[in-house]
Amino acid sequence: MELDFSPVWKGWPQLLEGALITIEITSISLLLGCFLGLLVGIGRLNPARRFIYVVCTAYVAAIRGTPLLVQLFILFFGLPHFGLLLPAFLCGVLGLGVYSGAYVSEIVRGAIQSIDKGQMEAARSIGLSSSQAMLEVILPQAVLRMIPPLGNEFIALIKNSALVSLLTIHDLMHEGQKIISISYRSLEVYLAIALIYFVLTGITTLALRKLEQHLKAGGMVQ
Amino acid sequence: MTNTTATNAAIIRIRGLRKSFGEHLVLNGIDFEVMPKQVVVVIGPSGSGKSTLLRCCNGLEKAEGGRLDICGLTLVNDGLMLPDADLNALREEVGMVFQSFNLFPHLSVRDNITLGPRKLRGLSHAQAQIEADVLLKKVGLTDKANAMPASLSGGQKQRVAIARALAMKPRVMLFDEPTSALDPELVGEVLQVMKLLASEGMTMMVVTHEMGFAKEVADVVVVMDDGAIIESGPPETIFSRPSQERTRHFLQAVLTKA
Repeated sequence: MELDFSPVWKGWPQLLEGALITIEITSISLLLGCFLGLLVGIGRLNPARRFIYVVCTAYVAAIRGTPLLVQLFILFFGLPHFGLLLPAFLCGVLGLGVYSGAYVSEIVRGAIQSIDKGQMEAARSIGLSSSQAMLEVILPQAVLRMIPPLGNEFIALIKNSALVSLLTIHDLMHEGQKIISISYRSLEVYLAIALIYFVLTGITTLALRKLEQHLKAGGMVQ
Repeated sequence: MTNTTATNAAIIRIRGLRKSFGEHLVLNGIDFEVMPKQVVVVIGPSGSGKSTLLRCCNGLEKAEGGRLDICGLTLVNDGLMLPDADLNALREEVGMVFQSFNLFPHLSVRDNITLGPRKLRGLSHAQAQIEADVLLKKVGLTDKANAMPASLSGGQKQRVAIARALAMKPRVMLFDEPTSALDPELVGEVLQVMKLLASEGMTMMVVTHEMGFAKEVADVVVVMDDGAIIESGPPETIFSRPSQERTRHFLQAVLTKA
């Protein structure tokens, strides 16, 4: 069998446009995921605040226990049954963000719980309220510990975003499939798509490594 | 340093304090008082409830029974704690120094000290810094203001922790085994700062195994065992003529080790 990459060269601008959509959609979902993850992660710290704890725990269980694809389809194909027709892009962002939030919340919770309890005690003993202590003392330290696992989560999110091509969003995967449907060169195009995803995740990995080194150099991380 | 004005109202008054962790009774009816400007040193074998007693005094542990008044407020009465807002305000008046320092590792030495005053006493950055530098001078660490805690020795860390507690201008200082985590050669520098505070009239309650410090600085030595105070009195009495067999045993064990 002979490989013919000419459809890839010809479709290059189209693939790059798709990659931009992929970057856009993962970045927005990432922000949403971090925001949700922070709230839910903190919400799960204290079982004594029963209602918040139960809601947050149920969210994490439901999201982690079901496939992302099913969640996306429920948003995209299911919600219109209730008269709620969301644009595909919004469905993609919501689906990925809500999915990612569940995992980020576990990262947040783990990082906060890994901070020595003496830190909270010291903060409280000078008179800070529990939210002041969380904001000024615990979170700044916990955030640093979140960076490596968050890096993994970001990378997973970039790759998972390929699923939104099934919601008619013109992301990298979708654009590739369009090229395949005209050229029938599936292997070549999929290889090209894989390479672009690899570059995106690679850049993310490098950026996070730099960030960590920078923080270590500043004495922020031991 | 001996406090003779016993007519002053006690700054800490504890009556029948009880606390347990699960089945284990840690404090079994503690009664005692600390007068203003007094230095009270609490000694006793490990597991006797000394640290728990100290931690009850600023609400880090909740006593289930009895009553504890401190700085004019009832911190706990029959298991009922002071509401959170009042507790936070109270803690500003009760400084605490921990065995493991608990400095904030993400903040410089100076920022460790200024955090409380900025957030709680409403000081500006500049004002808080001026105060912090005065405190750093007091604990002999002027040159470490911009250092990060990770770069300090244990003794330096503990002196910063003392400065951090003092920055809130507390009326009482609680010390929970402040030198137990230190290398022997670093103990002296911390004790020296504590002696300085005592000589300035700071009211102090100190849990420690430093018998030399107790002898030299304490107005009252309290001996605890098994969640109860077995005896208390001036250091001369406790160290030379203890009335309890258990005190004698404990002192023998500690002093022969030293």
